[in-house]
Amino acid sequence: MNSDNSDFLKTLGIYLLSQAKKFSLKFKKAPTMKDLMMVYYSEAKSARLTGKKVAWITSGGPVEPLIAMDIIPIYPENHGAMIGASKMGAGLCEKAEAMGYSNDLCSYARSDIACATVNGGPIGGLPRPDMLVCCNNICGTVLKWYEVQARYFNVPLFILDTPFCHTGYSEEAARYVRAQIDEYILFIEDACKKKYDFERLRQVGHLSYEGQQLWQAVLDTAAHRPAPMSAFDAFYHLALIVTLRGTKEAVNYYQQLLATMKDRVARGISVVPNEKYRLLWDNIPIWPRTRWLSQKFASHNACLVADTYTSAWCGAMKYIDESKFLDSMAEAYTRIYLNIGVDEMAKMVIEMIDKYNVDGFVLHSNRSCKPYSFGQLDIQRIVEKERGIPCLMIEADMVDDRSFSESQISTRIDAFMEIIKDRKKTEG
Amino acid sequence: MDKIAELRTIVDHPYSYLQKLKDQTGQKIVGTVCSYAPEELIFAAGALPVRLFGSDSGIHRADLHLQSYCCSLVRGILEEALSGRLDLLDGMVFPHTCDSIQRLSDVWRLNLVKPFHADVVLPVKLSTPSARQYLLDVLKKFKTDLERGLAQEITEANLIHAVKIYNAIRALMTRLYQLRCENPQVLKGQDFHTIIRAAMIMEREAFLEDLAAILSELTKTASEKKPSHAKRLVLSGGICSSPDIYDAIEDADGVVVGDDLCTGSRYFESVINENLPPLTAIAQRYAERASCPAKHAGLTNRGEGLVKMVKDCRADGVVFLLLKFCDPHAFDYPYIKDMLDREKIPTLLLEIEEQTQAGGQLQTRMETFIQIL
Ligand code: SF4
Ligand code: SF4
Repeated sequence: MNSDNSDFLKTLGIYLLSQAKKFSLKFKKAPTMKDLMMVYYSEAKSARLTGKKVAWITSGGPVEPLIAMDIIPIYPENHGAMIGASKMGAGLCEKAEAMGYSNDLCSYARSDIACATVNGGPIGGLPRPDMLVCCNNICGTVLKWYEVQARYFNVPLFILDTPFCHTGYSEEAARYVRAQIDEYILFIEDACKKKYDFERLRQVGHLSYEGQQLWQAVLDTAAHRPAPMSAFDAFYHLALIVTLRGTKEAVNYYQQLLATMKDRVARGISVVPNEKYRLLWDNIPIWPRTRWLSQKFASHNACLVADTYTSAWCGAMKYIDESKFLDSMAEAYTRIYLNIGVDEMAKMVIEMIDKYNVDGFVLHSNRSCKPYSFGQLDIQRIVEKERGIPCLMIEADMVDDRSFSESQISTRIDAFMEIIKDRKKTEG
Repeated sequence: MDKIAELRTIVDHPYSYLQKLKDQTGQKIVGTVCSYAPEELIFAAGALPVRLFGSDSGIHRADLHLQSYCCSLVRGILEEALSGRLDLLDGMVFPHTCDSIQRLSDVWRLNLVKPFHADVVLPVKLSTPSARQYLLDVLKKFKTDLERGLAQEITEANLIHAVKIYNAIRALMTRLYQLRCENPQVLKGQDFHTIIRAAMIMEREAFLEDLAAILSELTKTASEKKPSHAKRLVLSGGICSSPDIYDAIEDADGVVVGDDLCTGSRYFESVINENLPPLTAIAQRYAERASCPAKHAGLTNRGEGLVKMVKDCRADGVVFLLLKFCDPHAFDYPYIKDMLDREKIPTLLLEIEEQTQAGGQLQTRMETFIQIL
């Protein structure tokens, strides 16, 4: 291993340790999140030495076809989240602005674009890609962002175009996406210079499905009162279902996590001591402020028991047919949470409100993420009408700390919690 | 010229023009929001496609649906609709462009009742065979939606006629662009802008007649106008809805000789092949015309296109007009600027809001820029 790499591992270790202190769990029978991420990133960083390929892929993109061919998938958005969590967002965003990128663009994109040119950030930059895979099922931003990186790294770009489903999944969209899955396979064969291994893909497909089921089961434990985990824990444990979906490691990890949560439920352990109020969170976490927010809500005996963000990685499971993974994948990837109409999103929010039995709804109006945030005001109205629970919208940014006004948000959370407390009192 | 003055009245008061048209002829009117709206089909269904813009009366009602970090075009259009000023529309067509238009369609569908609401979810990439096939499928589906929504069959003959009219308009507009490029003095920037806006509002056959008349008049007088030494500029960006920008340029001793705008050459560029079946030919034009940044047609095609345009127009510089909060254009700006820098083509970046009028600051920046050219 060269010195570059050992430097990287050192930085990575420091980063993971700082994050792990907050949420990590030790399992008897499986490695911790820190161990897994350490192995994952160091494998990716040394891919050049071991002859493996690295693909950068969007968080909503189909990763299974890559994993089946031993290509290491890297998620720039996950990197963006790390940048945000380590509070390095503002600096890198400023750098991107100096490069000409408007301050109004998505801060994941801005910080990643800036980071690539300086190998900065919490883990010293991402491993160089051999190819880029962009699936626009989350937004139009990723298309532009990956074009920027394709020019910068001068590597092939595959675009999986998943037409937006305003009111349903049309036949022509189904044909189009299915055809592109075949093109994707050809793209991978071309990049690896070898025949595609469909048998492996079948296995990976099963593991992916299993991982998603386990992840859903983990999230479901928070339906228990008191909740054994909160959305803040989910934000932390999410990394593997995004990054290593389709591997045995992810399945093992979530089995252990599920067992731990079930055990907590059995013993009545709650994550927020004296949990009295249960809330639902919408949109991407405010990464640099997760700890502050979790403490803030806990101080009101409130627990964020669920969120629309971490459940997005299992929300389209209903469309997957395990025995026909390749075919059903097209639909599952096209109909994910951010690629559907506002009314359908509202319906899913209401299902979550009922399932997790929540008393209030907190919406993060995220300047960075337009497809997630535009429509929130209508979702809020629908929720207020259908379920009559108090809603709070806070405007911030998931990475760029400069948009966070602590005193103002603190006051608004206090006021919101007062409303919830009053209602609970009168409801008896 | 009287004709241009007539057009200006329409452009300044589009709703009264449209209402009158409706009252007098029962004309159906369909709103659209982007240059990827397949207007030829709407036209063939006997309706008038009208490109919508925001209002200048401030945003109030739209605030309840779209946050302040949404572009002013999208917020402005919603404001117009919520305030009732668009009640005269018989339908709305939302081509899938950016994340903001995508959500505008949802918000519209949930809050505004219209007899007809169509999403045209075009492919995002335009270069692969499967995307081309999908594009054609989407147009076919859109045709059926229109027929049902407007209760009007679209015959092959209607389509062929629509293609002819649109081709004729685009051919004349191209001629107008050439004329301006050869001799920018032939008409003022404001007037050019008026013609472009009228092309998106007016009953198209009437507009075609007016355009032909304007062109022949301009061609006649062109030789009398002596060429000036004003600096030649190309505008690049999404929309340009503020005619003041042209005045600011001309006051600073510059002229616009070309543009790469959605409400400009991208709307008029390239003809539909009349030897192919109409739908196939319409799809082909959308796939091959200069692309908007929300579509993918290669990694550097937009930059190359702009460099070529600057050279073809013998322009001295480029002014980027970027609408605040417009992601697709903002993402392309740094690389395109780099390409222009490498060619030693000076650029000026102006961040605009749809509703605000050009002020003194703009004038100063324009003067400073034009002086260095
Ligand atoms: S715009 Fe939203 S969905 Fe897209 S990359 Fe940014 S945060 Fe993710
Ligand atoms: S101006 Fe930009 S953000 Fe606004 S609608 Fe057009 S493409 Fe979308």
